[in-house]
Amino acid sequence: MKLKIFFAASAVVLSGSMGLAADSSDPIVVPIHNWSSQIVMSNVVGKLFEEIGDNVEYVTTDSQAVYESIRSGDVTLEMEVWEGAFGASFRAALEKGGIVDAGDHNAVTREDWWYPMWTKEACPGLPDWKALNECAAVFATPETGDKGRFLGGPVDWLKHDQERVDALDLNFVVVNAGSAAALWAEVAAAEADKKPVVIFNWTPNFVEAVWPGEFVDFPKWVDGCDKNPSVGPNPNATYDCGNPANGYLKKAAWDGMKDKWPSAYELLQKISFTNAQIAEMAKFVDVDEMEPEDAAAAWLEANEAVWKPWIE
Amino acid sequence: MSATAETVTPAGRLNLTRRQVALGLLICAIVMALARPILPEFLVRVPDRAILPYDSFLQSVFDFIKDDLGLRYLTRTISGGLEWLLDVTANLLYGKRRWPNLGPIPWTAITGASVVLGYWLGGWRTALLAGGTFLWTALIGQWKLAMQTMSVIIVAAPLAFMLGLVLGIVAWKYPRFERALRPLLSLLQTLPFFTYLLPAVIFFKVGPPAASVATIFYAIPPMVLMTILGLRKVPDSVVESGHMSGATRWQMLRHVYLPAARTDILVGVNQVIMLCLAMVVLTAFIGMPGLGAKLLSLMNSLKLGRSFEIGVTIVLLAITLDRLSKAWVVKQPEHFARGTPWAKRHIFVLAGLGVFIAFLILAQFVQVADHISRKQDLSMGKEIDGVIKGFLDIDAVQAVTGWLRWFLITWVLIPLRNALLWLPFMTVVLFFMAIGYLVGGWRSALIAGGFFFIVALTGWWDRSMITLYEVSAAVLLASVIGFPLGIAAAQRRGWAQPVLLACDTAQTFPSFIYLIPAIMLFGVNDVAVIFAILIFATVPLTRYTIEGIRAVKPEMLEASDMSGSTRAQKLWHVQLPLALPTMAVGFNQAIMFAFFMVIIAAFIGTQDLGQELQKTLAGNQLGKNFVLGLCVSLMALAINHVIMRWADERKKRLGLS
Repeated sequence: MKLKIFFAASAVVLSGSMGLAADSSDPIVVPIHNWSSQIVMSNVVGKLFEEIGDNVEYVTTDSQAVYESIRSGDVTLEMEVWEGAFGASFRAALEKGGIVDAGDHNAVTREDWWYPMWTKEACPGLPDWKALNECAAVFATPETGDKGRFLGGPVDWLKHDQERVDALDLNFVVVNAGSAAALWAEVAAAEADKKPVVIFNWTPNFVEAVWPGEFVDFPKWVDGCDKNPSVGPNPNATYDCGNPANGYLKKAAWDGMKDKWPSAYELLQKISFTNAQIAEMAKFVDVDEMEPEDAAAAWLEANEAVWKPWIE
Repeated sequence: MSATAETVTPAGRLNLTRRQVALGLLICAIVMALARPILPEFLVRVPDRAILPYDSFLQSVFDFIKDDLGLRYLTRTISGGLEWLLDVTANLLYGKRRWPNLGPIPWTAITGASVVLGYWLGGWRTALLAGGTFLWTALIGQWKLAMQTMSVIIVAAPLAFMLGLVLGIVAWKYPRFERALRPLLSLLQTLPFFTYLLPAVIFFKVGPPAASVATIFYAIPPMVLMTILGLRKVPDSVVESGHMSGATRWQMLRHVYLPAARTDILVGVNQVIMLCLAMVVLTAFIGMPGLGAKLLSLMNSLKLGRSFEIGVTIVLLAITLDRLSKAWVVKQPEHFARGTPWAKRHIFVLAGLGVFIAFLILAQFVQVADHISRKQDLSMGKEIDGVIKGFLDIDAVQAVTGWLRWFLITWVLIPLRNALLWLPFMTVVLFFMAIGYLVGGWRSALIAGGFFFIVALTGWWDRSMITLYEVSAAVLLASVIGFPLGIAAAQRRGWAQPVLLACDTAQTFPSFIYLIPAIMLFGVNDVAVIFAILIFATVPLTRYTIEGIRAVKPEMLEASDMSGSTRAQKLWHVQLPLALPTMAVGFNQAIMFAFFMVIIAAFIGTQDLGQELQKTLAGNQLGKNFVLGLCVSLMALAINHVIMRWADERKKRLGLS
């Protein structure tokens, strides 16, 4: 008797899965990294998946190693693939297979040398890079001697600041912070007596809401600037230009996702956030001190017009 | 005094030649350093062509094991089982949607049951501590985070205990196995934690399973060592009586050896729990949710106040677990008279269950008893933020740290660093050989010098020297603070206790919480790195100094009082010489802590092995990760060997061992 019910049930399940291609009831694994906009966005997307009836689970992972985990299916997707920071890891994973590009966000990203507004008082010619170079001395610290200090991001972000310093003959020494936290701690410490600092920063980021500031205007990025020495102002060097001012922000997914959770995958492809929306998500956490889950709920409540069309 | 001098003489005569050899080696080292400009290049740095690509060798070995031998399938099966266990605890403690789908257990029920447990183990004080800790955690709004952390500890600690116990028993039974195991354990104890994390992620699933595996491996060594120690100490008379009552081998182990070694084994349990807690926080780097992950993300958005609160929670949890398990060590099994009713024998089990069920029922009706929502918690994050930032804004603080930063960088750190990087590698190798020879003859010379030689062969010499420079600078500064502090505290009756308590707290405070204040005080540079290590390294120096001085036998002190020595004389000629071996052990611990912390300081921004290790974590480069880990480990082991050897010998000579 019991066996009969079992067969009947499995027949229903089978026909169901063939006809409607319903999503698996296994949880979709959403990775969480260590910056706020990504955490909130992942929670927002997780709640949308729950809205269409899927189960969701969050794991905290390293933002570079996550692509390897997506390939093996341990993690289902990634909401923020920054061109500058993770482009290399993402492309490497694409080549190995197991991961797919799930489309771009509307947002554009920029990563470059940046200073908080008060720095302008000590160096009025900013944001021009030549002006920055002329007042390099005001950025000097004991360990850099009379050269200015540029505080870069962690080395594993693989930036080419040193190459740029050499190519543009800047009077700066590149010092690498070990974490994003170290960057903000420096700015916070400098804020007290309005010390001028120039650090690596990016947008969209919560920092814009806490300390207003600007990116340094380097010679405009031209394609090939990183490979062909003749491109850019210095004919003998590569990296003699700023970073692209409009990098992509992509979504990535495990290639098994579209078969296992077809509706969720379709939703994921439709999702697209703008710079303003991402900044707003980060602000809920970084300025208003909300917990990420609450911030996600608050964002969804305030922006129903944005996400309703996606799930229909 | 003359007694000590006499015991030294015979050994001293033997040392004469030893000193000469050591001196010879030292002179070689110095000559090489002086002759650096004309020295052949291969003595300054190992030439590139002699450096084999060990990282790709290791990488292919790992790949072979992982893919071709299919070890990954095995480990994935294990991690499947592990995950099931973790899911059960996760469901019960914080309501993850998994079988058995019963949780989360209301916080009041857990708190109530832990109060009863605390009372049973150690009376009112531990009951209050356990209850207070859980109450704080819930009220501050961190209950779920704390339970996420606990859900892994509950699985990892017993597994580490069992594995350690079994390995310990086998090693005690078969000396050959022990000889093979010992070096492996030393290696495990000195490998930087980044080296634990990467294999765990690759072989086990990212998230709690990998976190628990890394935690288990990290916590096993002391358990094995304590088990061996405990079993060795079982008195012959006890063993005899076991044999006389005709026990089988299994019975001997189960009913004679293990109960007799109970205290040492339980000390091992205590260590396991403490290491598990320390490691679980660090596994936030590989996707372990809970207090550690929250701490990391809070620090990344610079919320010092909330980070501090999480730090307090972790310290409270650590102290509670420590005191409860220590109370368990001291508590002897209870024996009841025959015929005591069942209920009376199990009164505490019943009371615990009663409280648990009462709160379970209460929680159905009262929301606050079930969980505390965000709006109800008492977090003061913003206010603490204000206090910390206000402190950093004070001009005097800025002036002092600014001057300190300038002074240390220009006059101490940069010269020291450049000097170490300038030295030919053979000088460093010979220097350690000289010290090794001095304390332990050729064997020690080969170990100390050889380990450094291997480091040179890996091609990471410069990075290793930067690591060594940070460690030595921090430990030297820590000695300037720690030794006088320890001596002062040991002299006065009322001081030792508070200082030891401060040591405990500083040690259990999650290590990377020091990093942010360090950056805010000193900026992203080596001073901040040294400062962060310094806090950690001062603790063992102070503690062992206090313990060493207090352990000096009263007869010795009386004798010196009778011979009319002043307090200073007593200190310099009696207390300190006798406490020196113990202080050396503390010094050794300080160096080991410093090697641990210097890797974490990569978070601030360094140019040492830690930075490279951090890079490998992102790129999944297992081979390189291991090579770098070995460099850290070998340097630590070489120094460890020399100091411990010296301390042992010294103890023997003073008749202390």
